[in-house]
Amino acid sequence: MNGAILVEVKNLSRFYGAFQAVKDVNFTIRQGEVLGFLGPNGAGKTTTMQIISGNLAPSGGSVAIAGHDLLEDPRAAKNQIGYLPEQPPLYRELTVDEYLDYCAALNRVPRANRRPARENAKERCGLHDVGPRLIGNLSKGFQQRVGIAQAIIHLPPVVILDEPTVGLDPIQIREIRTLIRELGREHGVILSTHILPEVQATCDRVQIINKGELVLNESIEGLEHHMKSASLTVAFHHPPEPGLLAKLPGVKTVRVENDGRLHIFHDTQINPTDDIVRQSVEKNWGLYEIRPGRLSLEQVFLELIAEATAPEATSKMQPGAPS
Amino acid sequence: MIFAIGLREFKSLFLSPLAWSILAVVQLILAYLFLGRIELFQTYQSQLMAMESAPGLTEIIVPDLLGNAAIIIPLLVVPLLTMRLVAEERRNRTLSLLFSAPLSMTEIVLGKYLGILMFLLALLALISLMPLSLFAGAHLDYGLIASGFLGLALLLAGSAAVGLFMSTLTQYPAVAAISTFGVLLLLWILDWSGQGYAGGNWLAYLSLFNHYKPFLDGIFDSADAVYHALLITTFLVLSVRRLDADRLGG
Repeated sequence: MNGAILVEVKNLSRFYGAFQAVKDVNFTIRQGEVLGFLGPNGAGKTTTMQIISGNLAPSGGSVAIAGHDLLEDPRAAKNQIGYLPEQPPLYRELTVDEYLDYCAALNRVPRANRRPARENAKERCGLHDVGPRLIGNLSKGFQQRVGIAQAIIHLPPVVILDEPTVGLDPIQIREIRTLIRELGREHGVILSTHILPEVQATCDRVQIINKGELVLNESIEGLEHHMKSASLTVAFHHPPEPGLLAKLPGVKTVRVENDGRLHIFHDTQINPTDDIVRQSVEKNWGLYEIRPGRLSLEQVFLELIAEATAPEATSKMQPGAPS
Repeated sequence: MIFAIGLREFKSLFLSPLAWSILAVVQLILAYLFLGRIELFQTYQSQLMAMESAPGLTEIIVPDLLGNAAIIIPLLVVPLLTMRLVAEERRNRTLSLLFSAPLSMTEIVLGKYLGILMFLLALLALISLMPLSLFAGAHLDYGLIASGFLGLALLLAGSAAVGLFMSTLTQYPAVAAISTFGVLLLLWILDWSGQGYAGGNWLAYLSLFNHYKPFLDGIFDSADAVYHALLITTFLVLSVRRLDADRLGG
């Protein structure tokens, strides 16, 4: 990732009354990058996105979009972003063409370029056949696409998508994901979601936010690293005594799963795979499956969130601290 | 940019039956009153001719027509037109489209206001056809007509600004409509309270009606025009502030 920095968020915070929804968040997005913004409901994803898109004023910190400060020079900064909120901002009484023309006008696309801009956005979002149809009569998937078309019509360097695949069927979800990947080649894309596989499928980098704080900021490869664990899942046609396996070098515990598979936890330094395969051949255990155990993204997610909440819980126990 | 927003508001009005039915109903009622007035004129025509310095045709018909229009339109039509402006966008969450576009709040507010003004002007143009149609058979006092319509235009522009502000306060169009109606009615009847008191007329001075009536008599007082301009500016500025507060509060 060596594109130009498109969005730079520094020490961002936001209060709703006394409640702090976003705490001191820092991150950057570069060109040609899809950033996944991940977090449970109420973690501050939408708030952060609303701030970056200029819909909400931050209580503290700064946002610079392509070098323009969002607070000092909002017009120049907003020119550089396209935003799809959680609920696409569609006028149901307009046709797709009318709506996209209006969006182009709002985003100061010169009059002569509006038509090509509209056609281009429709082409990219697979909307060529629905131009003259009323938005209110379109299916949810198509409405979602119109929402994305609206966000990219002025070809902004930064595209912000807030949960773009909610409520879509699996085929539509796949199409939207492909579209996001395509966008990520030229634009910088921020994608918020609470669906973990979506992040794995589309993003280059992942940020996990919980209770307003960033708890992880990693590339997808780095995340894969988090997900490797020291365990093996094996299955035999003639399973040996679990005790026999437990005696192999490096093996800590062996657990028998309900479906007959064995789950072997081993030392991180010594991998017993070779031993298991050799023993199986020698003693005719009939090994037919062996794979390294992986934590799912869900587990990493839960672990990180648990880590983030644990110190908080202990700090509350300190004497003098208000309970 | 302001124009683009205004044009969309204007067009959107005509996409629903609301605008059409408003135009039809207002035209129908005013035409009925207009015809009644003409009939009155015809009945007393001979007596009027016998009088010295009798009121002319324009003087009998136009102030009455515009006086009625000034009650029906601000109190019944304007609240219905302006209630959706911001309230509905807030409810449908389409405001973020405007907020994330490179636009200032002032541009958004002015654009929406312009859309409503365009509609009200169309309505005025339709109404003006009625007295103007008399030119075929009579001499009209065009000065009086112009003054009356200018007054009505200012009055409608003022009430539209009030309606726009009320619409920025809520996400329920019906609440916006009722509040607009309330405020406008109050502004309309403020002068009632001052009646009978010698010095207690400052409330009456604020009354919309008192700043509209001179126009109907063909008197253009710049103080009246300034009153309307101030009313419009005040409520537009308040609307901008209110929308800005949306971004700050949330």
